[in-house]
Amino acid sequence: MSTQDLVIPAPREILTQPRRSDKVFRGVVTGGGLSSLAILGLIAIFLTYRGFEVLRQEGIGFITHSDWSISTDDAGNVLESHFGLAAMLAGTILCSLIAVVIAVPISVFSALFLNFYAPGWLKNILITIIDMMAAFPSILFGIWGFLVLMPSVEYWAKLLHRYLGFIPVFDMQVPVYTRSPFVAGVVLSIMIIPIITSVSREIFSQAPLDRIQAAYALGATRWAMIKAVVIPHGRSGVIGGAMLGLGRAMGETVAVFTVLNIVFQVNWQMLLGAGGNVASLIILKFGDASPYEIKALMAAGLILFLLTLVVNALANLIVKTTGKSGR
Amino acid sequence: MTMTPAPTKPWAASTKDRAIDGAIFVVSLLSSYLLVFITPLKGKLAYFACFFITYAIITTGIKGIQRGNAAAKDALVNSLVAIGAIVTVIPVASILLTVLQKGLPGISFGLFTHDMALATPTDPLSNGGLLHAITGTLTLMVLALIMSVPIGILTALYLTEIKGRFTGPIRFLVQAMSGVPSIVAGLFILSAILYPITKAYSGFMGALSLTILMIPTIARTSEEVLNLIPNDLREAGTALGGTQWRTVAMIVLPAARSGLVTAVILGVARIAGETAPILLLTGGGDRVNPNAFNGPMGSLPYYIWKSFNAGSPEAITRAWAGLLVLVGLVLFLFTSARFLGARKVSK
Amino acid sequence: MDSSVKPSSLADVANAKSPKMPGTSALGTGLETRGVHAWFGKHHALSNISLDFAAGTVTALIGPSGCGKSTYIRTINRMHEFIPGAAMAGEVLLDGKDVYAPGTDVTKIRLQIGMVFQKPNPFPSMTIGENVLSGLKLAQLKTDKKDDLLEECLERAGLWNEVKDRLGAHGGSLSGGQQQRLCIARALAVRPQVLLMDEPCSALDPGSTLRIEETIRQLSDTMTIIIVTHNMQQAARVSDYTAFFLSDGGPGQMIEVAPTSEIFSRPQDSRTESYVTGRFG
Repeated sequence: MSTQDLVIPAPREILTQPRRSDKVFRGVVTGGGLSSLAILGLIAIFLTYRGFEVLRQEGIGFITHSDWSISTDDAGNVLESHFGLAAMLAGTILCSLIAVVIAVPISVFSALFLNFYAPGWLKNILITIIDMMAAFPSILFGIWGFLVLMPSVEYWAKLLHRYLGFIPVFDMQVPVYTRSPFVAGVVLSIMIIPIITSVSREIFSQAPLDRIQAAYALGATRWAMIKAVVIPHGRSGVIGGAMLGLGRAMGETVAVFTVLNIVFQVNWQMLLGAGGNVASLIILKFGDASPYEIKALMAAGLILFLLTLVVNALANLIVKTTGKSGR
Repeated sequence: MTMTPAPTKPWAASTKDRAIDGAIFVVSLLSSYLLVFITPLKGKLAYFACFFITYAIITTGIKGIQRGNAAAKDALVNSLVAIGAIVTVIPVASILLTVLQKGLPGISFGLFTHDMALATPTDPLSNGGLLHAITGTLTLMVLALIMSVPIGILTALYLTEIKGRFTGPIRFLVQAMSGVPSIVAGLFILSAILYPITKAYSGFMGALSLTILMIPTIARTSEEVLNLIPNDLREAGTALGGTQWRTVAMIVLPAARSGLVTAVILGVARIAGETAPILLLTGGGDRVNPNAFNGPMGSLPYYIWKSFNAGSPEAITRAWAGLLVLVGLVLFLFTSARFLGARKVSK
Repeated sequence: MDSSVKPSSLADVANAKSPKMPGTSALGTGLETRGVHAWFGKHHALSNISLDFAAGTVTALIGPSGCGKSTYIRTINRMHEFIPGAAMAGEVLLDGKDVYAPGTDVTKIRLQIGMVFQKPNPFPSMTIGENVLSGLKLAQLKTDKKDDLLEECLERAGLWNEVKDRLGAHGGSLSGGQQQRLCIARALAVRPQVLLMDEPCSALDPGSTLRIEETIRQLSDTMTIIIVTHNMQQAARVSDYTAFFLSDGGPGQMIEVAPTSEIFSRPQDSRTESYVTGRFG
């Protein structure tokens, strides 16, 4: 008998017809699963639909101009309107960036502390506290920020201005420190520290143990080991976490509203008491907005939606790819 | 037969090491007082900052002289990570203390039994209360629960049980949804439902927007929980001749029960304090309104917001009292979720 | 484990090695462990190990799994203490000084006592060249002859010819055997007196194994090597002395130590004999 006689058969096709109850089950579950697609799509559609008129009228100016005014006659017809989000967008970006710049170092150090320095009991207590912080409502941060943090920050901002005023970003003509993007940034940073710490902690805990051992066996101190093994491994994950925090900070409404004066002028000086972000603008103007202005607010909401969507998508992408390769 | 010696840990800090650490601690403490005295820095923060900077400098210097560069950097980082952890936790302490301190004066029995139908925020505290806010928040939570839990769990089931070709996109979309700012969710319901259809504020509108915010949290946590259920259980169910849906309904879901409850509680805790969509959609009534579909509905965040904006000392105290109640609620939910989660592990 | 292996054939392998004179003064006086015990929490894992390692020799530690050989070598380079709940007793003397003495700088100890692990673990975020010199960087040691050191270590590890043209490639791009030799080069760069090897070839193919064994023989000219191995043929090929560890339900103990050819031809203890003839293990 030679091997030529052996013919390898083609694989059999296995056709399983699921029972009807299972088909229904699969349909229902799939429908539920696709709901998020539906909802996100609807959000985009409706906001665009409502805000379209304003967007068409203002064009690209909606993003680049800083006016926000509308005048109507007695009958409620619109006479003149200018809607520009530039100041608010600048404010959104400025406050969120300040928040991230403050929060990331603190979060990374905290995460390192939790993973590599803290004894077991302390680690558990701190993790509970940090998770609890993530559950606090934003209105709490807003009011606490306004009534408690701001006076304290005012004092430190004055110090910064007095001794570091030669750096342009700390300098300003009118010393109005309270209700500044800086304070808003600080409040936001406190809100996003739990998120970034949690993500960083997860990433750091996955640092490969065998390389950690290799570093120690070569005579490394704890910090040298962290620098050689944990940080290269966790770098992208931390960046992803920072972007998640950025996304959260950009969408914050109440916490910023209480703490920031809304002024329609692009302001990059973070200690000057003016700015605003898109979300707090919407809350401010919503109360007595005419129907046309509401369309403008819808358009503003659309811009905010797209912005946070992009930032969050990028963030999740980064965190996902880090988890796999660890580089 | 020699006696076994006692186990020791020669690498642990010796008495001499501890004494040196203690000395450095005291020196840093004293210099922080000194620094605060001579410079214009003031306040608790100044003391902390001076203490840590001095402590860091001294320990880094000593280790550097004793053991060289690498040890010096290591000592510096030791201080930095401790500072990081402390800075992370200080705001929590401050917030909790402030809420207690400023909110307790406003708490009274009457607070829980009256609503604001006959009072304004600037009235003295004995007038009015937040009963309507509590009932409102509870109503909103229940409504949002009813709508979001099925969708959230179904989404999780799709990702873990069916794993069809939409798995990647759906997971991505759930992540994306969790990043939607609450105000955008509010605007969406406003534009899609309130303006065209109902044309009036109501609790139900608010609940809809809260649903959007809850679904991702429930879906993600449920997915994690369901993934922890070992596949053997599913295989056992199917091997016994069960259809997929029976296996899921009668074996997988019960096994994951406490984890799913945790997921739901976490979702509820997340939206308990959401303010922005509430402000847009519910109209913030001042009286207890049992009908979620008709008429403005109050809630804790709205009550707090309104009181805060009224500005007078009584109003601000009302706001803090409201915050105290809200934080109490969130903490209660949070601890229940933790407790249930821990029990699941020990099962 | 082939139960038909007779002790005498292992002894033949052992005898086939070129003889070595242990202990030259340049290497220091070697390593001694006296009455070493190790615990993990309440679990007593090692009992009363007293073993001397003369400078310039290769000693193999053999015995069934789980009898504490890896724990033992980790007490030597003070890696044991990383495990929560770890405790020890006894002394580990390098050149007559106890490495556990209070006030000892443990990072310096680990520079003098190097370790190669079972699974090769080069740092993937560094190039091959950087990997070799990483020990210096971690300990912040300065040297002006980086390239010479690099070449010397890779040469001694038997890897130079294969990687000399791609020192800038990433550490993870090598085969398993090459990675392990890279780890050996890395350990050599900080010039240890003692090199501990924890089953360094068990994850490798036979070809890489033999090359690493050659490397070990050559390295023992300038350092003391202790190698944990499950492979008795490897012990016979590579080591001057062999110590047999055993744990019969209790803590691991060292049953017998002898020059390698003797332990395989004339083991003193019946348990050693059972092990080397393959009756268990």
